[in-house]
Amino acid sequence: MVALDTEEIVHKSRRVFDVGSWLIPVVAVIVAMLIAAVLMYLQGAAPLTAYTSLLKSAFGSVSGFGKTLGKATPLVLSGLAVTIGLRAGLFNIGAQGQLISGAIASAWAGYAIHGLPMVIHLPLALLIGAFFGSLTGLIAGALKAYRGIHEVISTIMLNSIVISLVDYLASGPLKEHGQPLTRTAPVLKSALVPKIFGLPLGFFLSIALAYVAWWVFRRTTSGFRLETVGRNKNAAWYAGISVKRSILIAMTVGGAVAGLGGAVETLGITGRFEPAFNAGLGFDGITIALLGRANPLGIIPGAILIGGMRAGAGSMQFDAGVAPEIVDLLMALILFFVSAPLLTRWLRRGKTGNSGLTGGWGS
Amino acid sequence: MSPLLEVIGISKQYPGVLANDNISLTVNKGEVVALLGENGAGKSTLVKAVFGLVRPDSGEIRIKGEPIIFGDTNGIIGRGVGMVHQHFQLVPVMTVAENIVLGDEPRRGMLLNMKKARAEVKALSERYGLDVDPEAIVEDLPVGMQQRIEILKALRKEVDLLILDEPTAVLTPQETDELLTVVRALATQGVGVVLITHKLREVMAVADRVVVLRDGKVVGTTSPKESDEEGLAQLMVGRDVVLRVEKGDAHPGKPALTIKGLVVRDDRKLKAVDGVDLEVLSGEIVGVAGVEGNGQRELVEAICGMRHREAGAVLVNGIATEDMHPHSVHLAGISHIPEDREKHGFVSTYNVADNLVLNQFDQEPFARGWIRNADEIEKNAESLVEQFDIRTPSIKTSTGALSGGNKQKVIVARELSQDLHVLVAAQPTRGVDVGSIEFIHNQLVAARDRGAAVLLVSAELDEILSLSDRVAVISRGKIVATLDAKGADRAYIGRLMAGLHD
Amino acid sequence: MSQYLTKRNFVFLGILATFAYFYHKDGDVTTSVVSTAVSFGLPLALAAMVGIMCERTGIVNIGIEGTMLVSAFAAFFVSSLSGSLIIGFIAAVLVGLLAGLLLALMAVSWRMDQIIAGTIINILATGLTSFLFKQGHTLPDAMPEIDIPGLQSIPFFGPVLFMHGPITYFGLIFIIFLWVALFHTAWGLRSRAVGEHPGSADTAGVSVIRLRYLNVGLAGLIGGVTGAFLSLELVGSFERGLTAGKGFTALALMIFGRWNPLGALAAAMFFGVAQAVTNQLMIDQVVNIPQQFVNMLPYVLTILVLAFAAGKVRPPAAEGQPYEKEQA
Repeated sequence: MVALDTEEIVHKSRRVFDVGSWLIPVVAVIVAMLIAAVLMYLQGAAPLTAYTSLLKSAFGSVSGFGKTLGKATPLVLSGLAVTIGLRAGLFNIGAQGQLISGAIASAWAGYAIHGLPMVIHLPLALLIGAFFGSLTGLIAGALKAYRGIHEVISTIMLNSIVISLVDYLASGPLKEHGQPLTRTAPVLKSALVPKIFGLPLGFFLSIALAYVAWWVFRRTTSGFRLETVGRNKNAAWYAGISVKRSILIAMTVGGAVAGLGGAVETLGITGRFEPAFNAGLGFDGITIALLGRANPLGIIPGAILIGGMRAGAGSMQFDAGVAPEIVDLLMALILFFVSAPLLTRWLRRGKTGNSGLTGGWGS
Repeated sequence: MSPLLEVIGISKQYPGVLANDNISLTVNKGEVVALLGENGAGKSTLVKAVFGLVRPDSGEIRIKGEPIIFGDTNGIIGRGVGMVHQHFQLVPVMTVAENIVLGDEPRRGMLLNMKKARAEVKALSERYGLDVDPEAIVEDLPVGMQQRIEILKALRKEVDLLILDEPTAVLTPQETDELLTVVRALATQGVGVVLITHKLREVMAVADRVVVLRDGKVVGTTSPKESDEEGLAQLMVGRDVVLRVEKGDAHPGKPALTIKGLVVRDDRKLKAVDGVDLEVLSGEIVGVAGVEGNGQRELVEAICGMRHREAGAVLVNGIATEDMHPHSVHLAGISHIPEDREKHGFVSTYNVADNLVLNQFDQEPFARGWIRNADEIEKNAESLVEQFDIRTPSIKTSTGALSGGNKQKVIVARELSQDLHVLVAAQPTRGVDVGSIEFIHNQLVAARDRGAAVLLVSAELDEILSLSDRVAVISRGKIVATLDAKGADRAYIGRLMAGLHD
Repeated sequence: MSQYLTKRNFVFLGILATFAYFYHKDGDVTTSVVSTAVSFGLPLALAAMVGIMCERTGIVNIGIEGTMLVSAFAAFFVSSLSGSLIIGFIAAVLVGLLAGLLLALMAVSWRMDQIIAGTIINILATGLTSFLFKQGHTLPDAMPEIDIPGLQSIPFFGPVLFMHGPITYFGLIFIIFLWVALFHTAWGLRSRAVGEHPGSADTAGVSVIRLRYLNVGLAGLIGGVTGAFLSLELVGSFERGLTAGKGFTALALMIFGRWNPLGALAAAMFFGVAQAVTNQLMIDQVVNIPQQFVNMLPYVLTILVLAFAAGKVRPPAAEGQPYEKEQA
């Protein structure tokens, strides 16, 4: 007994305008901003001035918007890395380590390879960044697939390992010659990401990737495999899907995307590798992925919002005396409110096999 | 002297279904009252109301003359009401003694007094004639023993009213008889017993009175003296019950499924299947009769590539199938209706259309290479929903929202719509409403008539006897007999199932 | 007799023999290394207790890291502002309790995915502490070292076990206390039942929800103590990276210790020794590896520990699954 046409129509339009599911992130952001406003007030700053300054500098001018998009780019990619993992039932907190691997690798490719035209050099450097990010992700994936080590612990450990390793590289073998600071040599012009109409090209690249990810999950057999594993490992195995392979793919591709994020940040913004460039980008990715409800397209508005906040934090400090760390707090609050019961019911998919994220350690 | 339990006009409405419709009944001291009804008749809602877990929309429940308070489950238990659950509520890794004293532990100061606990268990065990070892670990014990622990747990508090929920589902015929003896003994001691069951035989054997529920209503109150099994069945289902499926003769052909010397171990590394040889010819239904826990589950899993085969082979049309690879076994020609449908049969958050192609999603026409073909998937879904009478608001509905029977129909539809050589159906009608049961039975017969070799595994002996052409009895991992279903002696099979070989 | 010839006992004897050998070679250095090991290992052990208290009752607690971080922060800044270590300690404990209750709210009442809930605690902790951090504070005075009279003079064991700060003593005593409570009291039996098969506890009259709230709250309290230990007793100040993954290492130790307080304590001490020995080797310039690789050591070790324990351990059966009252 199939439904009447009216049901179909209602069902289809609900999917596009799913007001219920848009409402939660919006409400969460508003509530978080209110609480932050209270804290600002208690610290003696004027919340209204702070927010207006923030918004004006982030979205008010082309150069400001460009900066926003620049900040948003690695967020989109980091959020995408987490999203890909979530879809396959994995909680990839390792975006930070994967990102840093990509950053330093791409920086090295950027300054160490001479004599190539930009058309070749830039994509090559980006790919090398993605590759090293994927390696970092692969390690965590293999640990899970073959030793059953839960990815939350392994990725956090790997993050710290990568940070130490990269610190060593940037102060030793890859250090800029003759300079005291811990960083690499500047990247050659031929590997820098150009701007289009004042807006960073990297941003459009990241949007394109998000769209590709969305399409893969919706329309392809590979996407179907990952999704099925994420929702019900047992049924997936029964249907002939290799769970191990899916775990490896999700972590490797996620790592590649995060690595690309680090590469874009290095080649598009900083122009070289500096260790302190991106504290917390990995965790931001988690917030953005959960804000976007693990939908590859849903992470874009969140990334722009957070990117804007980070871009405008400097002028907010200047105009209203509010510490830029408030953005970290804001994000934490947003994440908390967004995770209210409605969202979690979606994430806790079905009773069998949990949501895949929380499971026995020995499995 | 007031009755132990009085249920007066209880009604409870859930969205879409009236679970209890003005139900009244009484249980007196020393009486065994059977609460008889099909799945979905309203029994569990009623029991939940008695325990204060569900607030009725109207009516009253009194225990020993005093009304109960909704939500005060502990108080109700304190008044002498005990329950033995269908699905045991025991902690597998703890000992028998620990399980029994949980919640009311004997103490010495701040610390647990396990010595006293063990003594208590021994005393209880002797008093009721239910022998258990207090130090044994529950998960190592056989099912019948685990049930004894459940019962002892309930009896430990001074119970005047004991409710048993489908207690014999997992017992051998012999263990069932032992249990019924215990029930009668309890009644003689003055305990009131409510026996919730759908097994007519037991009702006739032990009940003083029978209350029959159907669609939430009491449709009859009778006793074994005044009625018989057919009468009870008719009350339970509401029409002339066809206890046998309409089917023509089988026309068996060549062996389609051959199992040779199969040895399989269970999760605890013990031999669950101990050298099984079995053959199913195309165009016949072979039913495996046996009490749960005798190796059927492991047998099915090994055949279907879901459990490691330690020794032996599984052949389809003479060709060996792969070990531990369910999909390749499927491609080799074995279709499977799994016992644990939520775990293996479908993804509950996927819609009906996707679940209908779950194990063919990467094959033509549902996918061309890498890209899935949404139109074909939809077309297939619409056709199958029609053909198999799957009740769903839309093919885009999440499968988890369907009723048990319709979920099963999705799986049946998926498997029967593909090329059929061998069909393994494990507990295909468990938890399924009566209408769907008939439908599924007819589908199985239709599959047989189309030439498939059907292996049916079921805990319901009646289902086996009515559907099968041949019956194989499994006991402790071995096939102890294979016989024709026509004219089979039920009692004889029962003895075989219990491990008593002539 | 043969039951004592287990692999575990051999390893234990081997470790004792190693200690005896090194003590023989250079008593003072060995003593100081092992004493430092206890100080390094204790926060890990206590954090593992936090994990055990939660997981035995069925709740996965990924937020130990964040709990320790906010508590350490509270201990330090409240001590500094109030001029009293004790007030700072109390503040830390209260903050830890709050964090625990928050996790319980998300995991038990809201039935959120517990990994996400724990991560939220961590992110909230990082956000809060980074926003509220102010340079230039110091502790009013150092945490006193309490030497137990008489016992402190025992060679080797004296300095190692009986010359520590108050929180260390509390911690060690608590761990033993938890072991007794978990396996020999009614509370312990019920908690474990809730973690293995909540339905059985429920039908036995135990309130699953109340017990989970209680245990997770208490665990948070202990997390607060651990945080206080880090900033007040071990380091003497607060920096942004103070916890440095200890909360996650604690989970690995919990798994490796088979969810048993004494097992986790042993694993934590092993970790502490590894770190103390490495430090000593660096000081003595016996080995010369770049500092960054030394820093990596705890993280690599954690992964190795987990890789080794994989598949061989059996967690509480019901952990991670939110409890819905379904009746038979």
